[in-house]
Amino acid sequence: MSSSKAYEAGVKEYRDKYWTPDYVPLDTDLLACFKVTGQPGVPNEEVAAAVAAESSTGTWSTVWSELLTDLEFYKGRAYRIEDVPGDSESFYTFIAYPIDLFEEGSVVNVLTSLVGNVFGFKALKHLRLEDIRFPIAYIKTCGGPPAGIQVERDRLNKYGRPMLGATIKPKLGLSAKNYGRAVYECLRGGLDLTKDDENVNSQPFMRWRDRFEFVAEAIDKAERETGERKGHYLNVTASTPEEMYKRAEFAKEVGCPIIMHDFLTGGFTANTGLANWCRDNGMLLHIHRAMHAVIDRHPKHGIHFRVLAKCLRLSGGDHLHTGTVVGKLEGDRNSTLGFVDQLRESFVPEDRSRGVFFDQDWGSMPGVFAVASGGIHVWHMPALVTIFGDDSVLQFGGGTQGHPWGNAAGAAANRVALEACVKARNEGRNLEAESNDIMTQAAKSSSELAIAMETWKEIKFEFETVDKLDV
Amino acid sequence: MNSGTVGDYQTKITLETFGFLPKLTAEEVQKQIAYIIANGWSPAIEHEHPSNSMDHYWTMWKLPFFGETNMGNVLAELEACRRSYPDHHIRLIGYDAYTQTQGSCFVVYEA
Repeated sequence: MSSSKAYEAGVKEYRDKYWTPDYVPLDTDLLACFKVTGQPGVPNEEVAAAVAAESSTGTWSTVWSELLTDLEFYKGRAYRIEDVPGDSESFYTFIAYPIDLFEEGSVVNVLTSLVGNVFGFKALKHLRLEDIRFPIAYIKTCGGPPAGIQVERDRLNKYGRPMLGATIKPKLGLSAKNYGRAVYECLRGGLDLTKDDENVNSQPFMRWRDRFEFVAEAIDKAERETGERKGHYLNVTASTPEEMYKRAEFAKEVGCPIIMHDFLTGGFTANTGLANWCRDNGMLLHIHRAMHAVIDRHPKHGIHFRVLAKCLRLSGGDHLHTGTVVGKLEGDRNSTLGFVDQLRESFVPEDRSRGVFFDQDWGSMPGVFAVASGGIHVWHMPALVTIFGDDSVLQFGGGTQGHPWGNAAGAAANRVALEACVKARNEGRNLEAESNDIMTQAAKSSSELAIAMETWKEIKFEFETVDKLDV
Repeated sequence: MNSGTVGDYQTKITLETFGFLPKLTAEEVQKQIAYIIANGWSPAIEHEHPSNSMDHYWTMWKLPFFGETNMGNVLAELEACRRSYPDHHIRLIGYDAYTQTQGSCFVVYEA
Protein backbone atom coordinates (compact mmCIF):
# COMPACT_ATOMS: atom_id res chain seq x y z
CA MET A 1 0.00 0.00 0.00
CA SER A 2 2.63 2.53 1.00
CA SER A 3 4.84 1.57 -1.90
CA SER A 4 2.29 2.92 -4.35
CA LYS A 5 1.83 6.25 -2.56
CA ALA A 6 2.90 9.42 -4.37
CA TYR A 7 4.80 12.18 -2.61
CA GLU A 8 2.75 15.27 -1.80
CA ALA A 9 4.74 18.09 -0.27
CA GLY A 10 3.08 20.37 2.27
CA VAL A 11 1.59 20.41 5.74
CA LYS A 12 -1.12 17.93 6.65
CA GLU A 13 -3.26 17.71 9.72
CA TYR A 14 -1.68 15.38 12.24
CA ARG A 15 -4.95 13.54 12.79
CA ASP A 16 -5.03 12.26 9.21
CA LYS A 17 -2.21 9.92 10.03
CA TYR A 18 -1.79 9.75 13.82
CA TRP A 19 -5.38 9.61 15.20
CA THR A 20 -6.50 5.99 14.90
CA PRO A 21 -9.47 5.35 17.19
CA ASP A 22 -10.00 1.85 15.74
CA TYR A 23 -6.50 0.68 16.58
CA VAL A 24 -6.20 -2.28 18.96
CA PRO A 25 -2.83 -2.04 20.78
CA LEU A 26 -0.47 -4.98 20.43
CA ASP A 27 0.98 -6.81 23.45
CA THR A 28 4.39 -5.61 22.31
CA ASP A 29 3.39 -1.94 22.01
CA LEU A 30 4.65 0.54 24.55
CA LEU A 31 1.57 2.45 25.70
CA ALA A 32 1.51 5.93 27.20
CA CYS A 33 -1.15 8.06 28.80
CA PHE A 34 -0.71 11.83 28.65
CA LYS A 35 -2.82 14.49 30.30
CA VAL A 36 -3.12 17.13 27.60
CA THR A 37 -4.18 20.76 27.86
CA GLY A 38 -4.39 22.23 24.34
CA GLN A 39 -4.46 25.82 23.24
CA PRO A 40 -8.03 27.10 22.83
CA GLY A 41 -9.71 26.24 19.53
CA VAL A 42 -7.66 23.18 18.58
CA PRO A 43 -9.77 19.99 18.42
CA ASN A 44 -8.79 17.33 20.96
CA GLU A 45 -8.18 14.69 18.27
CA GLU A 46 -5.75 16.98 16.49
CA VAL A 47 -3.85 17.74 19.69
CA ALA A 48 -3.71 14.05 20.61
CA ALA A 49 -2.45 13.16 17.15
CA ALA A 50 0.16 15.91 17.36
CA VAL A 51 1.48 14.44 20.62
CA ALA A 52 1.64 10.97 19.03
CA ALA A 53 3.43 12.32 15.96
CA GLU A 54 5.94 14.54 17.70
CA SER A 55 6.86 11.83 20.22
CA SER A 56 7.42 9.24 17.48
CA THR A 57 8.02 9.57 13.75
CA GLY A 58 6.36 12.82 12.77
CA THR A 59 7.46 16.33 12.08
CA TRP A 60 5.46 19.42 11.09
CA SER A 61 5.85 18.97 7.32
CA THR A 62 5.71 15.92 5.12
CA VAL A 63 9.15 14.98 3.79
CA TRP A 64 9.94 12.87 0.72
CA SER A 65 12.15 10.47 2.66
CA GLU A 66 9.12 9.20 4.60
CA LEU A 67 8.33 7.19 1.51
CA LEU A 68 11.62 5.29 1.74
CA THR A 69 10.24 3.38 4.72
CA ASP A 70 6.96 1.97 5.95
CA LEU A 71 5.86 4.64 8.39
CA GLU A 72 2.65 2.76 9.08
CA PHE A 73 4.88 0.23 10.86
CA TYR A 74 6.86 2.77 12.91
CA LYS A 75 4.43 5.56 13.75
CA GLY A 76 2.95 6.19 17.18
CA ARG A 77 -0.84 6.21 17.26
CA ALA A 78 -3.26 8.16 19.41
CA TYR A 79 -5.96 5.52 19.88
CA ARG A 80 -8.17 6.92 22.65
CA ILE A 81 -9.09 10.16 24.35
CA GLU A 82 -10.90 10.48 27.65
CA ASP A 83 -12.19 13.31 29.80
CA VAL A 84 -10.26 14.15 32.93
CA PRO A 85 -12.73 13.95 35.85
CA GLY A 86 -13.42 17.38 37.31
CA ASP A 87 -11.38 19.21 34.67
CA SER A 88 -13.04 20.70 31.56
CA GLU A 89 -9.81 22.11 30.19
CA SER A 90 -7.70 18.95 29.91
CA PHE A 91 -8.14 15.43 28.55
CA TYR A 92 -6.24 12.14 28.58
CA THR A 93 -4.84 10.73 25.40
CA PHE A 94 -3.59 7.18 25.03
CA ILE A 95 -0.82 6.52 22.56
CA ALA A 96 0.61 3.24 21.30
CA TYR A 97 4.24 3.08 20.17
CA PRO A 98 5.68 0.11 18.27
CA ILE A 99 8.45 -1.54 20.32
CA ASP A 100 10.99 -1.07 17.52
CA LEU A 101 10.96 2.70 18.07
CA PHE A 102 13.12 2.13 21.15
CA GLU A 103 16.61 0.81 21.77
CA GLU A 104 16.59 -2.29 23.94
CA GLY A 105 17.39 -1.76 27.63
CA SER A 106 17.38 2.03 27.40
CA VAL A 107 14.93 4.03 29.47
CA VAL A 108 17.06 6.95 28.30
CA ASN A 109 15.89 6.35 24.75
CA VAL A 110 12.25 5.85 25.79
CA LEU A 111 12.18 9.12 27.72
CA THR A 112 14.01 11.06 25.03
CA SER A 113 11.19 10.12 22.65
CA LEU A 114 8.20 10.39 24.94
CA VAL A 115 9.10 13.50 26.88
CA GLY A 116 11.35 15.20 24.34
CA ASN A 117 10.41 18.00 21.93
CA VAL A 118 6.72 17.37 22.36
CA PHE A 119 6.71 19.05 25.79
CA GLY A 120 7.65 22.37 24.22
CA PHE A 121 5.09 22.13 21.48
CA LYS A 122 3.31 25.47 20.96
CA ALA A 123 -0.11 23.91 20.29
CA LEU A 124 -0.06 22.66 23.88
CA LYS A 125 -0.54 24.71 26.97
CA HIS A 126 0.43 21.87 29.31
CA LEU A 127 1.40 18.25 28.91
CA ARG A 128 1.89 15.58 31.54
CA LEU A 129 3.06 12.02 31.06
CA GLU A 130 0.79 10.14 33.47
CA ASP A 131 1.78 6.51 32.91
CA ILE A 132 3.66 4.14 30.62
CA ARG A 133 2.80 0.48 30.02
CA PHE A 134 6.10 -1.20 29.26
CA PRO A 135 5.54 -4.42 27.31
CA ILE A 136 7.08 -7.47 28.96
CA ALA A 137 9.19 -7.93 25.82
CA TYR A 138 10.86 -4.60 26.57
CA ILE A 139 11.18 -5.24 30.30
CA LYS A 140 13.17 -8.39 29.55
CA THR A 141 15.81 -6.21 27.86
CA CYS A 142 16.44 -4.13 31.00
CA GLY A 143 18.78 -5.08 33.86
CA GLY A 144 16.60 -3.85 36.69
CA PRO A 145 17.53 -3.85 40.39
CA PRO A 146 21.07 -5.11 41.06
CA ALA A 147 19.84 -7.41 43.86
CA GLY A 148 16.14 -6.91 44.56
CA ILE A 149 14.10 -7.23 47.73
CA GLN A 150 14.52 -10.96 48.29
CA VAL A 151 18.30 -11.00 47.82
CA GLU A 152 18.78 -7.90 49.97
CA ARG A 153 16.81 -9.47 52.81
CA ASP A 154 19.02 -12.55 52.64
CA ARG A 155 22.25 -10.55 52.55
CA LEU A 156 21.26 -8.29 55.44
CA ASN A 157 19.35 -10.93 57.42
CA LYS A 158 16.24 -8.73 57.82
CA TYR A 159 12.95 -10.61 57.76
CA GLY A 160 9.34 -10.05 58.63
CA ARG A 161 9.49 -6.31 59.11
CA PRO A 162 10.37 -3.03 57.40
CA MET A 163 14.01 -2.03 57.68
CA LEU A 164 14.84 1.00 59.78
CA GLY A 165 17.14 3.82 58.69
CA ALA A 166 18.14 7.43 59.14
CA THR A 167 19.81 10.14 57.16
CA ILE A 168 22.77 11.53 59.06
CA LYS A 169 22.28 15.12 60.25
CA PRO A 170 23.33 17.87 60.04
CA LYS A 171 23.24 17.13 56.35
CA LEU A 172 26.32 19.22 55.62
CA GLY A 173 29.28 20.42 57.64
CA LEU A 174 30.46 17.48 59.76
CA SER A 175 34.03 16.22 59.55
CA ALA A 176 34.48 12.59 58.54
CA LYS A 177 35.28 11.43 62.05
CA ASN A 178 32.30 13.21 63.58
CA TYR A 179 30.10 11.87 60.80
CA GLY A 180 31.24 8.31 61.47
CA ARG A 181 30.42 8.85 65.15
CA ALA A 182 26.85 9.82 64.25
CA VAL A 183 26.57 6.69 62.08
CA TYR A 184 27.94 4.42 64.82
CA GLU A 185 25.55 5.83 67.42
CA CYS A 186 22.53 5.26 65.15
CA LEU A 187 23.54 1.72 64.27
CA ARG A 188 24.42 0.58 67.78
CA GLY A 189 21.06 1.91 68.95
CA GLY A 190 19.12 -0.38 66.62
CA LEU A 191 18.92 1.08 63.13
CA ASP A 192 19.67 -1.30 60.28
CA LEU A 193 20.91 1.31 57.87
CA THR A 194 22.05 4.91 57.80
CA LYS A 195 22.30 7.19 54.82
CA ASP A 196 24.35 9.98 53.35
CA ASP A 197 22.18 12.95 52.61
CA GLU A 198 21.77 13.56 48.88
CA ASN A 199 24.00 16.59 48.82
CA VAL A 200 26.82 14.88 50.68
CA ASN A 201 29.30 14.13 47.90
CA SER A 202 32.88 15.24 48.54
CA GLN A 203 33.00 18.73 49.97
CA PRO A 204 35.95 20.54 51.54
CA PHE A 205 34.76 19.81 55.10
CA MET A 206 34.54 16.04 54.46
CA ARG A 207 36.17 14.38 51.46
CA TRP A 208 34.55 11.18 50.29
CA ARG A 209 37.47 8.86 51.01
CA ASP A 210 37.71 9.93 54.64
CA ARG A 211 33.98 9.51 55.08
CA PHE A 212 34.01 6.01 53.61
CA GLU A 213 36.79 4.86 55.95
CA PHE A 214 35.23 6.18 59.15
CA VAL A 215 31.76 4.93 58.21
CA ALA A 216 33.16 1.47 57.47
CA GLU A 217 34.64 1.34 60.97
CA ALA A 218 31.32 2.48 62.44
CA ILE A 219 29.44 -0.30 60.65
CA ASP A 220 31.95 -2.95 61.66
CA LYS A 221 31.90 -1.97 65.32
CA ALA A 222 28.12 -1.76 65.47
CA GLU A 223 27.78 -5.21 63.89
CA ARG A 224 30.16 -6.77 66.38
CA GLU A 225 28.41 -5.19 69.35
CA THR A 226 24.79 -5.85 68.36
CA GLY A 227 25.01 -9.20 66.58
CA GLU A 228 23.02 -7.69 63.72
CA ARG A 229 23.92 -6.80 60.15
CA LYS A 230 24.27 -3.11 59.42
CA GLY A 231 24.93 -0.82 56.47
CA HIS A 232 25.28 2.78 55.41
CA TYR A 233 24.40 4.13 51.96
CA LEU A 234 27.66 5.70 50.79
CA ASN A 235 26.68 8.30 48.22
CA VAL A 236 28.81 7.85 45.11
CA THR A 237 26.94 10.45 43.04
CA ALA A 238 29.70 12.49 41.44
CA SER A 239 30.45 14.98 38.71
CA THR A 240 31.66 12.36 36.22
CA PRO A 241 31.03 8.63 35.70
CA GLU A 242 34.75 7.96 36.19
CA GLU A 243 34.69 9.57 39.63
CA MET A 244 31.46 7.74 40.50
CA TYR A 245 32.98 4.34 39.72
CA LYS A 246 36.16 5.18 41.62
CA ARG A 247 34.11 5.89 44.75
CA ALA A 248 31.98 2.78 44.22
CA GLU A 249 35.09 0.61 44.01
CA PHE A 250 36.39 2.04 47.29
CA ALA A 251 33.04 1.50 49.03
CA LYS A 252 33.33 -2.14 48.05
CA GLU A 253 36.94 -2.27 49.18
CA VAL A 254 36.12 -1.03 52.69
CA GLY A 255 33.36 -3.64 52.96
CA CYS A 256 30.21 -1.50 52.89
CA PRO A 257 27.29 -3.57 51.55
CA ILE A 258 25.41 -0.70 49.89
CA ILE A 259 26.04 2.50 47.92
CA MET A 260 23.77 5.30 46.83
CA HIS A 261 22.99 7.34 43.73
CA ASP A 262 20.74 10.26 42.80
CA PHE A 263 19.07 9.03 39.64
CA LEU A 264 17.59 12.27 38.34
CA THR A 265 20.42 14.74 38.96
CA GLY A 266 22.97 12.04 38.06
CA GLY A 267 20.89 10.93 35.10
CA PHE A 268 19.57 7.62 33.83
CA THR A 269 22.73 6.79 31.87
CA ALA A 270 24.87 7.05 34.99
CA ASN A 271 22.25 5.20 37.00
CA THR A 272 21.98 2.27 34.63
CA GLY A 273 25.74 1.97 34.43
CA LEU A 274 26.08 2.04 38.20
CA ALA A 275 23.31 -0.55 38.62
CA ASN A 276 25.17 -2.86 36.25
CA TRP A 277 28.35 -2.31 38.23
CA CYS A 278 26.52 -3.13 41.47
CA ARG A 279 25.15 -6.35 39.99
CA ASP A 280 28.65 -7.39 38.92
CA ASN A 281 30.17 -6.51 42.28
CA GLY A 282 27.59 -7.79 44.76
CA MET A 283 26.67 -4.32 46.01
CA LEU A 284 23.22 -3.02 46.90
CA LEU A 285 22.07 0.29 45.42
CA HIS A 286 19.98 2.91 47.23
CA ILE A 287 18.36 5.52 45.00
CA HIS A 288 17.56 9.06 46.01
CA ARG A 289 15.26 11.26 43.92
CA ALA A 290 16.47 14.87 44.19
CA MET A 291 14.79 17.06 41.53
CA HIS A 292 11.72 14.83 41.24
CA ALA A 293 9.28 17.45 42.52
CA VAL A 294 10.43 19.84 39.79
CA ILE A 295 9.29 17.25 37.26
CA ASP A 296 6.31 15.60 38.94
CA ARG A 297 4.52 18.00 41.27
CA HIS A 298 2.54 20.15 38.83
CA PRO A 299 -0.78 18.37 38.20
CA LYS A 300 -0.91 19.38 34.53
CA HIS A 301 2.66 19.47 33.35
CA GLY A 302 5.71 17.23 33.55
CA ILE A 303 6.00 13.54 34.36
CA HIS A 304 4.11 11.77 37.12
CA PHE A 305 6.37 10.09 39.68
CA ARG A 306 4.83 6.70 38.87
CA VAL A 307 6.55 6.92 35.49
CA LEU A 308 9.87 7.90 37.04
CA ALA A 309 9.51 5.02 39.50
CA LYS A 310 8.85 2.53 36.71
CA CYS A 311 11.84 3.84 34.78
CA LEU A 312 14.03 3.51 37.86
CA ARG A 313 13.00 -0.12 38.38
CA LEU A 314 14.05 -0.78 34.79
CA SER A 315 17.28 1.23 35.03
CA GLY A 316 18.18 -0.40 38.32
CA GLY A 317 18.04 0.32 42.05
CA ASP A 318 17.29 -1.71 45.18
CA HIS A 319 15.68 1.14 47.15
CA LEU A 320 13.73 4.16 45.92
CA HIS A 321 12.33 7.08 47.89
CA THR A 322 8.56 7.29 47.55
CA GLY A 323 7.58 9.93 50.10
CA THR A 324 5.92 9.13 53.40
CA VAL A 325 2.29 10.28 52.93
CA VAL A 326 2.31 11.39 56.58
CA GLY A 327 5.54 13.39 56.95
CA LYS A 328 6.79 16.80 55.87
CA LEU A 329 6.85 16.12 52.12
CA GLU A 330 4.03 16.04 49.58
CA GLY A 331 2.31 12.72 48.80
CA ASP A 332 -1.25 11.56 48.22
CA ARG A 333 -1.94 8.20 49.90
CA ASN A 334 -3.64 6.33 47.06
CA SER A 335 -1.29 7.69 44.45
CA THR A 336 1.69 6.67 46.59
CA LEU A 337 0.29 3.15 47.04
CA GLY A 338 -0.11 3.01 43.26
CA PHE A 339 3.54 3.59 42.49
CA VAL A 340 4.79 1.59 45.48
CA ASP A 341 3.06 -1.39 43.81
CA GLN A 342 4.96 -0.66 40.60
CA LEU A 343 8.22 -0.96 42.52
CA ARG A 344 7.51 -4.21 44.32
CA GLU A 345 4.92 -6.37 42.58
CA SER A 346 5.28 -8.73 39.63
CA PHE A 347 1.91 -7.69 38.18
CA VAL A 348 -0.05 -4.50 38.80
CA PRO A 349 -3.58 -4.26 37.38
CA GLU A 350 -5.10 -1.03 36.06
CA ASP A 351 -6.67 0.88 38.95
CA ARG A 352 -7.70 4.47 38.35
CA SER A 353 -8.39 4.97 42.06
CA ARG A 354 -4.61 4.65 42.52
CA GLY A 355 -3.68 6.50 39.34
CA VAL A 356 -2.68 3.29 37.55
CA PHE A 357 -3.75 3.63 33.90
CA PHE A 358 -2.56 0.27 32.54
CA ASP A 359 -2.06 -3.33 33.54
CA GLN A 360 1.68 -3.72 34.06
CA ASP A 361 3.39 -7.09 33.88
CA TRP A 362 6.89 -6.97 35.42
CA GLY A 363 7.64 -10.63 34.79
CA SER A 364 10.61 -11.84 36.79
CA MET A 365 12.15 -8.41 37.35
CA PRO A 366 13.24 -8.12 41.01
CA GLY A 367 11.42 -5.69 43.30
CA VAL A 368 12.60 -2.42 44.79
CA PHE A 369 12.21 -1.48 48.48
CA ALA A 370 10.01 1.60 48.96
CA VAL A 371 11.79 4.17 51.13
CA ALA A 372 9.71 6.48 53.33
CA SER A 373 11.78 9.38 54.54
CA GLY A 374 11.24 13.01 55.45
CA GLY A 375 9.80 14.54 58.61
CA ILE A 376 8.60 11.37 60.29
CA HIS A 377 8.85 10.38 63.95
CA VAL A 378 7.73 7.62 66.29
CA TRP A 379 4.11 8.72 66.36
CA HIS A 380 3.92 8.05 62.61
CA MET A 381 5.08 4.45 63.00
CA PRO A 382 1.65 2.73 63.08
CA ALA A 383 0.55 4.55 59.92
CA LEU A 384 3.85 3.91 58.15
CA VAL A 385 3.79 0.18 58.85
CA THR A 386 0.19 0.05 57.62
CA ILE A 387 0.83 2.06 54.45
CA PHE A 388 4.19 0.65 53.40
CA GLY A 389 4.16 -2.90 54.78
CA ASP A 390 7.26 -5.02 55.30
CA ASP A 391 9.06 -4.38 52.00
CA SER A 392 10.07 -0.86 52.89
CA VAL A 393 12.75 1.17 54.61
CA LEU A 394 11.43 3.67 57.14
CA GLN A 395 13.93 6.48 57.66
CA PHE A 396 13.82 8.79 60.63
CA GLY A 397 16.53 11.46 60.43
CA GLY A 398 15.52 14.22 62.82
CA GLY A 399 13.23 11.64 64.42
CA THR A 400 16.29 9.63 65.50
CA GLN A 401 19.02 12.20 66.00
CA GLY A 402 16.75 14.78 67.61
CA HIS A 403 16.15 12.52 70.61
CA PRO A 404 17.03 14.26 73.89
CA TRP A 405 19.49 11.47 74.76
CA GLY A 406 21.12 11.29 71.34
CA ASN A 407 21.25 9.04 68.31
CA ALA A 408 21.49 5.64 69.98
CA ALA A 409 18.52 6.27 72.23
CA GLY A 410 16.59 7.76 69.31
CA ALA A 411 17.35 4.70 67.22
CA ALA A 412 16.25 2.37 70.03
CA ALA A 413 12.99 4.32 70.43
CA ASN A 414 12.20 3.87 66.75
CA ARG A 415 13.17 0.21 66.76
CA VAL A 416 10.95 -0.53 69.76
CA ALA A 417 8.06 1.34 68.12
CA LEU A 418 8.58 -0.50 64.83
CA GLU A 419 8.71 -3.93 66.42
CA ALA A 420 5.71 -3.20 68.62
CA CYS A 421 3.73 -2.24 65.52
CA VAL A 422 4.82 -5.31 63.55
CA LYS A 423 4.01 -7.59 66.47
CA ALA A 424 0.58 -5.98 66.94
CA ARG A 425 -0.17 -6.19 63.21
CA ASN A 426 0.73 -9.88 63.20
CA GLU A 427 -1.63 -10.36 66.15
CA GLY A 428 -4.41 -8.98 63.95
CA ARG A 429 -4.73 -5.58 65.57
CA ASN A 430 -5.62 -2.43 63.62
CA LEU A 431 -2.52 -0.26 63.90
CA GLU A 432 -4.01 3.05 62.89
CA ALA A 433 -7.13 2.72 65.03
CA GLU A 434 -5.23 1.44 68.06
CA SER A 435 -2.03 3.42 67.62
CA ASN A 436 -2.21 5.24 70.94
CA ASP A 437 -2.69 2.05 72.89
CA ILE A 438 0.02 0.12 71.03
CA MET A 439 2.58 2.90 71.38
CA THR A 440 1.80 3.62 75.03
CA GLN A 441 2.09 -0.05 75.88
CA ALA A 442 5.43 -0.32 74.04
CA ALA A 443 6.81 2.71 75.88
CA LYS A 444 6.33 0.94 79.21
CA SER A 445 9.36 -1.21 78.50
CA SER A 446 11.43 1.52 76.84
CA SER A 447 12.25 4.83 78.47
CA GLU A 448 13.87 5.83 75.16
CA LEU A 449 10.52 5.47 73.42
CA ALA A 450 8.63 7.22 76.21
CA ILE A 451 10.87 10.29 75.92
CA ALA A 452 10.62 10.27 72.11
CA MET A 453 6.83 10.18 72.28
CA GLU A 454 6.84 13.10 74.66
CA THR A 455 9.27 15.08 72.47
CA TRP A 456 7.30 14.79 69.22
CA LYS A 457 3.71 14.44 70.42
CA GLU A 458 2.47 17.71 68.91
CA ILE A 459 4.32 17.61 65.60
CA LYS A 460 2.17 17.09 62.54
CA PHE A 461 2.43 18.22 58.93
CA GLU A 462 -1.10 18.92 57.81
CA PHE A 463 -1.16 20.70 54.48
CA GLU A 464 -3.32 20.10 51.43
CA THR A 465 -1.74 17.91 48.77
CA VAL A 466 -0.95 19.93 45.62
CA ASP A 467 -0.90 17.00 43.20
CA LYS A 468 -4.10 15.06 43.86
CA LEU A 469 -5.46 12.20 41.79
CA ASP A 470 -8.13 13.19 39.25
CA VAL A 471 -11.34 11.79 40.68
CA MET B 1 18.25 14.38 86.18
CA ASN B 2 21.54 13.27 84.68
CA SER B 3 22.75 11.41 87.71
CA GLY B 4 22.86 7.64 87.49
CA THR B 5 22.32 5.95 84.13
CA VAL B 6 19.45 7.99 82.71
CA GLY B 7 20.42 8.96 79.16
CA ASP B 8 23.13 6.32 78.93
CA TYR B 9 22.10 3.97 76.16
CA GLN B 10 23.87 0.65 76.53
CA THR B 11 24.44 -1.36 73.36
CA LYS B 12 22.70 -4.72 73.36
CA ILE B 13 22.99 -7.97 71.43
CA THR B 14 19.57 -7.97 69.82
CA LEU B 15 19.48 -10.70 67.13
CA GLU B 16 17.21 -8.88 64.65
CA THR B 17 13.37 -8.86 64.59
CA PHE B 18 11.68 -8.45 68.01
CA GLY B 19 15.12 -8.13 69.61
CA PHE B 20 14.06 -4.79 71.09
CA LEU B 21 10.85 -6.04 72.70
CA PRO B 22 10.56 -7.68 76.10
CA LYS B 23 10.83 -11.46 75.77
CA LEU B 24 7.61 -12.71 74.19
CA THR B 25 5.29 -14.60 76.54
CA ALA B 26 4.06 -18.06 75.59
CA GLU B 27 0.75 -16.55 74.54
CA GLU B 28 2.49 -13.95 72.37
CA VAL B 29 4.60 -16.60 70.68
CA GLN B 30 1.41 -18.52 69.91
CA LYS B 31 -0.08 -15.46 68.22
CA GLN B 32 2.97 -15.16 65.98
CA ILE B 33 2.71 -18.85 65.08
CA ALA B 34 -0.94 -18.28 64.22
CA TYR B 35 0.14 -15.41 61.94
CA ILE B 36 2.64 -17.68 60.16
CA ILE B 37 0.03 -20.39 59.65
CA ALA B 38 -2.64 -17.91 58.53
CA ASN B 39 -0.30 -16.63 55.82
CA GLY B 40 0.19 -20.13 54.47
CA TRP B 41 3.88 -20.11 55.32
CA SER B 42 5.78 -23.16 56.51
CA PRO B 43 6.99 -23.03 60.11
CA ALA B 44 10.69 -23.84 60.44
CA ILE B 45 13.03 -23.93 63.44
CA GLU B 46 16.75 -23.17 63.48
CA HIS B 47 19.26 -23.12 66.33
CA GLU B 48 22.86 -22.01 66.76
CA HIS B 49 25.48 -21.46 69.40
CA PRO B 50 25.71 -17.75 70.31
CA SER B 51 29.32 -17.61 69.12
CA ASN B 52 28.08 -18.24 65.55
CA SER B 53 24.92 -16.15 65.67
CA MET B 54 26.08 -13.81 62.88
CA ASP B 55 26.29 -16.67 60.36
CA HIS B 56 23.67 -16.68 57.62
CA TYR B 57 23.07 -20.36 58.20
CA TRP B 58 21.97 -21.63 61.56
CA THR B 59 21.51 -25.36 61.99
CA MET B 60 18.04 -26.59 61.05
CA TRP B 61 16.00 -28.44 63.64
CA LYS B 62 14.73 -31.29 61.47
CA LEU B 63 13.26 -30.23 58.12
CA PRO B 64 10.96 -27.22 57.76
CA PHE B 65 7.44 -28.26 58.80
CA PHE B 66 5.89 -28.02 55.35
CA GLY B 67 2.13 -27.85 55.46
CA GLU B 68 1.97 -27.82 59.26
CA THR B 69 -1.12 -25.98 60.45
CA ASN B 70 -1.29 -27.24 64.02
CA MET B 71 0.05 -24.72 66.47
CA GLY B 72 0.54 -27.34 69.18
CA ASN B 73 2.89 -29.33 66.98
CA VAL B 74 5.02 -26.25 66.32
CA LEU B 75 5.21 -25.47 70.03
CA ALA B 76 6.17 -29.06 70.79
CA GLU B 77 9.00 -28.92 68.24
CA LEU B 78 10.27 -25.65 69.74
CA GLU B 79 10.35 -27.31 73.16
CA ALA B 80 12.07 -30.42 71.83
CA CYS B 81 14.70 -28.29 70.13
CA ARG B 82 15.28 -26.37 73.33
CA ARG B 83 15.71 -29.56 75.36
CA SER B 84 18.31 -30.81 72.89
CA TYR B 85 20.20 -27.53 72.61
CA PRO B 86 19.75 -25.59 75.86
CA ASP B 87 22.85 -23.49 75.19
CA HIS B 88 21.74 -22.40 71.69
CA HIS B 89 19.67 -19.52 70.36
CA ILE B 90 16.47 -20.87 68.78
CA ARG B 91 14.52 -19.01 66.12
CA LEU B 92 11.17 -19.61 64.50
CA ILE B 93 10.73 -18.89 60.80
CA GLY B 94 7.65 -18.52 58.64
CA TYR B 95 9.01 -19.65 55.30
CA ASP B 96 7.33 -18.25 52.18
CA ALA B 97 8.02 -20.55 49.23
CA TYR B 98 6.27 -18.21 46.77
CA THR B 99 8.72 -15.36 47.25
CA GLN B 100 11.56 -17.62 48.54
CA THR B 101 11.98 -15.53 51.63
CA GLN B 102 11.08 -15.58 55.30
CA GLY B 103 7.81 -13.76 55.92
CA SER B 104 8.57 -13.96 59.61
CA CYS B 105 11.66 -14.75 61.67
CA PHE B 106 12.37 -14.12 65.33
CA VAL B 107 14.36 -15.63 68.17
CA VAL B 108 12.08 -17.48 70.60
CA TYR B 109 14.76 -18.60 73.05
CA GLU B 110 18.02 -16.83 73.71
CA ALA B 111 20.79 -18.92 75.17
